[in-house]
Amino acid sequence: MGEFLEMGGYAAFVWPAYGLSFGLLALLAWLSLKGLKDTQKMFDRLSADAEIDERKSDK
Amino acid sequence: MADLHRFANPTRFLKLAGLIQPWALAVFLISATVGLYMAFFTAPADYQQGESARIMYVHVPASWMSMFCYTVMAVASAVSLIWKHPLADVSARATAPIGAAFTFLALATGSLWGKPMWGTWWVWDARLTSVLVLLFLHIGYMALQGAFDDRVRAAKASAILALVGFVNVPIIKFSVDWWNTLHQPASVVKMSGSSIHPSMLWPLLIMAIAFKAYYVWVLLVRMRQELVANKVRILRLKQVHGG
Amino acid sequence: MKRKHKRLTFVIVAMALLGIAVGLVLMAFEENIVFFNSPTDIVNKQPESGKRLRLGGLVEEGSVVREAGSTVTRFRVTDLVNAVDVNFDGILPDLFREGQGVITEGKYIDGVFQASEVLAKHDEQYMPPEVADALRNSGEWRGDLGPPAK
Repeated sequence: MGEFLEMGGYAAFVWPAYGLSFGLLALLAWLSLKGLKDTQKMFDRLSADAEIDERKSDK
Repeated sequence: MADLHRFANPTRFLKLAGLIQPWALAVFLISATVGLYMAFFTAPADYQQGESARIMYVHVPASWMSMFCYTVMAVASAVSLIWKHPLADVSARATAPIGAAFTFLALATGSLWGKPMWGTWWVWDARLTSVLVLLFLHIGYMALQGAFDDRVRAAKASAILALVGFVNVPIIKFSVDWWNTLHQPASVVKMSGSSIHPSMLWPLLIMAIAFKAYYVWVLLVRMRQELVANKVRILRLKQVHGG
Repeated sequence: MKRKHKRLTFVIVAMALLGIAVGLVLMAFEENIVFFNSPTDIVNKQPESGKRLRLGGLVEEGSVVREAGSTVTRFRVTDLVNAVDVNFDGILPDLFREGQGVITEGKYIDGVFQASEVLAKHDEQYMPPEVADALRNSGEWRGDLGPPAK
């Protein structure tokens, strides 16, 4: 196990490369999902407001 | 207004996206797991580079994706400029941050390999410099898209930037053949056949599939976000003008 | 329909013009984009001493001499036509080997290249050590594959 982690002396280069790659991909995926959720929430709120406004103006 | 509604509610696209998304995610998770396993356990160390060659399994697919994303952006921009298809601009906008991330990873992982192997983190050779320009093009595209309040003008200006910047893509591809660079020439895609041993080529290709699937999945998430944002914009316009 | 065609033509013409313009610029700048000079370039041009430049080529087989008790290394860089003597004081990269490509940066003084930096150039060959050994044993080993790892 220790030998595997050492990567033949290149641990300081191999592991950061993989950590950075999958870390950044995970971050971007999370940000994209969060952006979709937040925008959807805002749309739901706005369209609910709009409906209330429409009912008021109908009366 | 009818046109704007088509823009805001492309039902067919959303249906298709909903169908593809779970598959793209599954393909990513499976191929990333298999690819990582192969990269560390079945792929041998290189006869010259030793274990540091394993960086290649993220570096090369990320580099391919950086050029692929930019190409998608340029094609979508052309479609957006010429045919004004509403989804073209949306897909180009959604691609830019993914392309920027992959380009950054190509540079960063390359640097982590270059330090022990070449003896330097960075050199200003034609390949490295043209990839750095690609990163700036992605970032510039995103900045330009955000710089206009008017979406139609933003789409037009950034599409022009994407098309002009496309000349950089063949420069990146052929830089290692045209000029004396520190960066080595292509190994996988070349006329005389690949010069990578199959035991190292397979993990590389599987990681490339994983990154492609990741792109599809995140692209669809971001496109859906853009479409909802368009609906929000229309609602706000209605409130301002109608209220 | 007509407007669409107009825009299509415009984009195609603009891209073609842009491509030609960039191609011309790159051709004009070719000298500056060249990252390194070959030993033949150096021998032919005989650059003025004191000018910083880069020399690239293969480390000549059997030419590497490490001075005992110091970090000074002397070797010859060849393009198989001409060769240039190089002096370097410092730590060599892991890929530095006889027969392997290198790029050195420094000054050409009195026929000797005084390098302040040595970078190893990697070729496009990737293979497991066993395959490299097998190739060597079967006599299939090509010179451009470089020598085996130690």
